[in-house]
Amino acid sequence: MSTAPSAQGQPIASTGPAAVSVAGVSKVFASRKGADVTALEAVDLTIAPGEFVSLIGPSGCGKSTLLRLIADLDSPTSGSIEVFGKTARQARIDQAYGIAFQQAGLLPWRTVRSNIELPLELHRVGKPARAARSSELLALVGLSDFADKYPDQLSGGMQQRVAIARSLAESPGLLLMDEPFGALDEMTRERMQTELVRICAETGAAVVFVTHSIPEAVFLSNRVVVMSPRPGRIRDVIAVDLGRAEGRGEGLREADSFFEAVVAVRESLHGEPAGAPAARGVDQR
Amino acid sequence: MKQTASLPRTILAPVLLGVLAVALWQLAVVVLEIKPFVLPSPVSIATEFSSSVSSVWTASLVTGANALIGLLIGAIVGIIAAIIATVLPITDELSAPLVAAASVIPIVALAPVFYTMFGADKETARQLVAALAVFIPVYLNTLRGLRQARPVHRDLMRAYGASAWQATRAVTLPGAVPFLFIGLRIASSLAVISALIGEYFGGPIGGLGKSITSAAASSNYSLAYAYVLGAILLGLVFYVVTLGVEKLVSPHRASASAP
Amino acid sequence: MTRTGSPLGRRVLFGVLGVVVLAAVWELYKALGPATGVVLGDLTVLPRTSDLAMPHVWDMVARLFRPVRSSGDDEMMWQAVLQASFFSLGVAAVGWLVGVVVGMLLAIVMQRFRTAESALLPWIVLSQTVPLIAIAPLVKRWGSQIEIGSFSWENWMSVALIASYLAFFPVSIGALRGLESPDVNHVELMRTYSVGWWATLIRLRLPASVPYLLPALRLAAANAVIGTVVAEVSIGLRGGIGRMIVEYAAAAGGDPAKPWAPIFGAVVVGLLAAGVVALIGLALTRYRRGETPA
Repeated sequence: MSTAPSAQGQPIASTGPAAVSVAGVSKVFASRKGADVTALEAVDLTIAPGEFVSLIGPSGCGKSTLLRLIADLDSPTSGSIEVFGKTARQARIDQAYGIAFQQAGLLPWRTVRSNIELPLELHRVGKPARAARSSELLALVGLSDFADKYPDQLSGGMQQRVAIARSLAESPGLLLMDEPFGALDEMTRERMQTELVRICAETGAAVVFVTHSIPEAVFLSNRVVVMSPRPGRIRDVIAVDLGRAEGRGEGLREADSFFEAVVAVRESLHGEPAGAPAARGVDQR
Repeated sequence: MKQTASLPRTILAPVLLGVLAVALWQLAVVVLEIKPFVLPSPVSIATEFSSSVSSVWTASLVTGANALIGLLIGAIVGIIAAIIATVLPITDELSAPLVAAASVIPIVALAPVFYTMFGADKETARQLVAALAVFIPVYLNTLRGLRQARPVHRDLMRAYGASAWQATRAVTLPGAVPFLFIGLRIASSLAVISALIGEYFGGPIGGLGKSITSAAASSNYSLAYAYVLGAILLGLVFYVVTLGVEKLVSPHRASASAP
Repeated sequence: MTRTGSPLGRRVLFGVLGVVVLAAVWELYKALGPATGVVLGDLTVLPRTSDLAMPHVWDMVARLFRPVRSSGDDEMMWQAVLQASFFSLGVAAVGWLVGVVVGMLLAIVMQRFRTAESALLPWIVLSQTVPLIAIAPLVKRWGSQIEIGSFSWENWMSVALIASYLAFFPVSIGALRGLESPDVNHVELMRTYSVGWWATLIRLRLPASVPYLLPALRLAAANAVIGTVVAEVSIGLRGGIGRMIVEYAAAAGGDPAKPWAPIFGAVVVGLLAAGVVALIGLALTRYRRGETPA
């Protein structure tokens, strides 16, 4: 079933059309041998501009599929997806979003700066404008000293930072991220989360963030969308109100409110414990 | 990566292309009135081939025998050399520049001096050229195969306290076999090509190469192309047999693709 | 294809050492081997050791510094050989270039259209296993028929055609592999940027194909040289090293060291061709970096 009625949470800013509007979307993968796979079934989700939403769930719940549908890397079997009021396809053509994958996906023969400039180059932005923008972004992710290095000279975390800088190159209103920190060790991961929160606050972009990690989802998001597999559907949407993004520093990970939110998400993921009060979708303080 | 193509596409498309090409060829020869001494029609080649099957067969035997001898000698020497190079790395380092150079120079250029050295009435020169051409890919690929035993397998053997010979038998040699066959597949075609080309540089008549040139010289171009067809079939036979041997030796393994 | 590890100087030293060892083995066999060679039945397994069959290494070298025709004031042998070598190198280069261009075009078409790949690739793989060079004697005929306006087909073009034929097969396979090599992540990234197939080709597939292309280019160069030499022999092309090899071999009776000079020339041609490809590889070093983290 789709989201519980009281669980929409508070959108951060309601200016303009929703960043992402998913309505009744299903995705079925036809299989040559055996049964078809229903990756997503009757998914409804609305994401406001500037909102940070995580998609979390076990393998096979369709979270990556949903992200790919929003990115127009695949099309839904039924239902519709709108990004800033346009179809997903038009949004892609108009470059309304930036994307980051689990593997940094940097082109190995381009320097760091050149990798960040890639989308700008492809869309025929002039050289001085490109250079200015890439310098800005390098400063934003703290890699100004590495502008002329090649990806194979960087650590995994640094490569991911470059990938994030690249996804911001055209100042999109929406960021799509598919487990970008999945390949990193825990310490680097926590550092990157803090960075990401800061960056998103500065740019004001809406974010759809796919992850396996409950603490990560809670730390980063305004709302956590919990999904369940076979067939993939939204089990729950949990609003996480841990204060404004700028305030989310290292100390937050040890705050009670953080742990309470993590518990709420975990319980949703594992199904309701017997006899627990129905505390679904209520704002956690 | 790409999804596997549907079966009709993988079979139909190349077959259709082949049929189309031959049909166009026949059409072009007829419509453009191409003289047979420029390019005979596929029909005339086929006719000539069927009427001279026995001579093509005899010539193929001669060239094929040279190629086979060259293949066997070159492969055996190549394998032994690769083993020596693994056991005594210094020999590898010493010979590496020479082998690299040999892989880019036209070995067939040595054919004429070989005829002088081994006799212009003997097949030895051609067999030697073929052997040299075979040696290089077999040596290089076998060497690569012997070297690439994965560290985790080596550690495993050490943890079991296996002797050097046991480790070689259990891990190194089986691991090298696919690479050996990559080299052999290349070598089998090279053997035929080298044996054939060697005939263009001199030596006794009777092989496919000599037959092609003599047929061309007497303006019997359909016959010349019939011999060419024979050469193509010979190359195919060698390749298929090598593939067959590989399947026999390692049936569980999918053929590794060439680098 | 260059190996990392031994520095260049060391490799050159070992190369020279290897040649010296070869020469030493030659002379040793010549000194110690039986005069009639080692004969097993009807087969001459090891060559005769006479000066006629196996000239001394120093005689081979010395011959280079004498005039081409023993009598008279001809040019020096090494000059003639060098001239012919560069002539053949030029023809091989033309053949290589044509082969590379055609091979890459084929690969691009095959990458773009699945059907084209299904239709063409089996034939390309098949052609590598059969001796198409067998038709070398017959190619000369085709060229003599072509006359477009003032352009007439010359013999060296037939040679270059055969060389290009041998060159384009490894290039088309290597280039196809390379064009299909990019990570699916990279391809999807390009998709998110909403750029078409052409931009993806130029920005992603071509650069990604360099590590696969370079070994293919090297192989194509070696093949082009072989094709050139063989075609020169079959067509009898004046000025080429191939014809010189066969001509001088015929004169071996009176001048045993003579056939060896153009062989050295052919070696030079092969090495130079490989050297040029290595230089191309150097120029493209940027595209050979991997993506694994430091």
